[in-house]
Amino acid sequence: MIEILSDTALATVQDLGRTGALRMGVGFAGAMDDLALSAGNLLLGNDETEAAIEVQIFPFALRFLTGGVFAITGAACGATLDGAPVLPWWSVAVEAGQILRLGVPGPAAWRGSRAYICVAGGIDVPVVLGSRSTQLRGAFGGHQGRALRQHDLVPVGRTDRPVVGFGLIAPAVVEPLLQDGVPAIRVLKAAEHDLYTADSLEAFWSQPWRITPQSDRYGYRLSGPSLAMATPIELRSHGIVPGVIQVPQGGQPIVQMRDAQPTGGYPKIGTVIGADLWRLGQAPIGSHIRFVCSDWAEAVAAAARNRAYLDDVRRLALLHGCQTGEG
Amino acid sequence: MTPRISLLGTTALLFEAPGETSLATQRRIWSLAREAQGWPEVAEAVPGVNNLMLSLAELPDDPAPLATRLQQAWAAAEPMTPSADSGGGRMVTLDVIYGGAWGPHIADVMAHTGLSLDEIVAIHTTPDYPVFAIGSHPGYCYLGGMDQRIATPRRQVPVLNLPGGAVSIGGGQTGVSASAGPSGWNTIGSTEMVFFDPTLPVPCLLQPGDVIRFRAKQVVR
Repeated sequence: MIEILSDTALATVQDLGRTGALRMGVGFAGAMDDLALSAGNLLLGNDETEAAIEVQIFPFALRFLTGGVFAITGAACGATLDGAPVLPWWSVAVEAGQILRLGVPGPAAWRGSRAYICVAGGIDVPVVLGSRSTQLRGAFGGHQGRALRQHDLVPVGRTDRPVVGFGLIAPAVVEPLLQDGVPAIRVLKAAEHDLYTADSLEAFWSQPWRITPQSDRYGYRLSGPSLAMATPIELRSHGIVPGVIQVPQGGQPIVQMRDAQPTGGYPKIGTVIGADLWRLGQAPIGSHIRFVCSDWAEAVAAAARNRAYLDDVRRLALLHGCQTGEG
Repeated sequence: MTPRISLLGTTALLFEAPGETSLATQRRIWSLAREAQGWPEVAEAVPGVNNLMLSLAELPDDPAPLATRLQQAWAAAEPMTPSADSGGGRMVTLDVIYGGAWGPHIADVMAHTGLSLDEIVAIHTTPDYPVFAIGSHPGYCYLGGMDQRIATPRRQVPVLNLPGGAVSIGGGQTGVSASAGPSGWNTIGSTEMVFFDPTLPVPCLLQPGDVIRFRAKQVVR
């Protein structure tokens, strides 16, 4: 069991998201940085589908009411356990009563915006409609269908195969992606791409886009050159997925994120490839990103590299567990 | 006219049927959805309004074969008639308070259409609205059948927190929000119906093929 000490809102329980209930209007939810969640689970010896606590407002603190093993992945945030520094992306043993504090993500080799507190055994909230992720709009899933609050008691699952004292290099360090010095996000053209004016397309693909403060788990509202269609059109509502870049009539794009509605009707200029959603999920408010025009083959290759990273983590965790007798 | 198939990134395909929105086309969409739901490469077939999204079970090396299969299945799709057996085909009447704080954007609909408040209410409460699709948020119904005289474009900037039960118009469509959240539609009234409960064996109150009727409980000026 874990007790939440911070009264900071917006930390939620997330797994890899909810699939199969889109037809009921239930969106995906799930970790904004799915790669950090999967890697954190694997390095603890968990299935990569276990749930963790996603923290996006810092500092953050919790108390372990039972002993176990945990790891912090995602944004580097100067974590401490009873005041002693905790290595990021590292499995750490903890005793009952110890307090974990996450500091503010600062200037590091890689600046992220969301940290994952993963525990051996996973965060053991009930599975609702196939997932433990918090469905904020529907107020179900996760911990009582809402963000965590001070004094919440969050259950931890049982495990007999935790891996301790083992760590990873963050994917952002292994696979950095920049365009002209700005973090890059690879995008496939979407249905309405070709209806935008030549100037708009030139701007979309070549200018940096600022992530405005009106950005959250639902979507990132971007600020940059105004995008316009040669002839504006109205679309009928259709299914959409995280990563779809919609452009309302105001001309400033909105990227749909994990808590986005499963349907929409604004024109779509592009969609972030699945393999890069984690990069966008970690991009801080106020920072800039660039969109890079990608193709299917590159997107498949990028997904394969993410998969290879996770497969390596799984193998190394197994090997480490065998060598130390923990596994 | 041929349907249009486009990529939604690497995780889904979007199929858009040709022509105007109609119940006849929508019945073929439901039929196509039922067919595609059984394909191993499809995680979920999600009907929209005059369209169908297929979320992919796995990332294929090439999405073209699935697009071809979809085209062929559409050509063969017969209109599906929802029945009580398939959980559809019911009639539900919703009492609505139109205008005032319950319909904060009705003035925008009046300005766009040139119609009076009473005319908008009369036009909105006349038709039977078939549920074309479920989407947007848990339990939300996209409805067919709206009289196009009250069609009003979506708002230039979405509203950040529209309350549950809001009856709204977006382009040529109308609907009722099932819980509080952001929306780009114009709210003309409110109802108190509960549309979704995840603890029930069937969480959604309504299914594609059900029919909604709006009744004016009150008009606030």
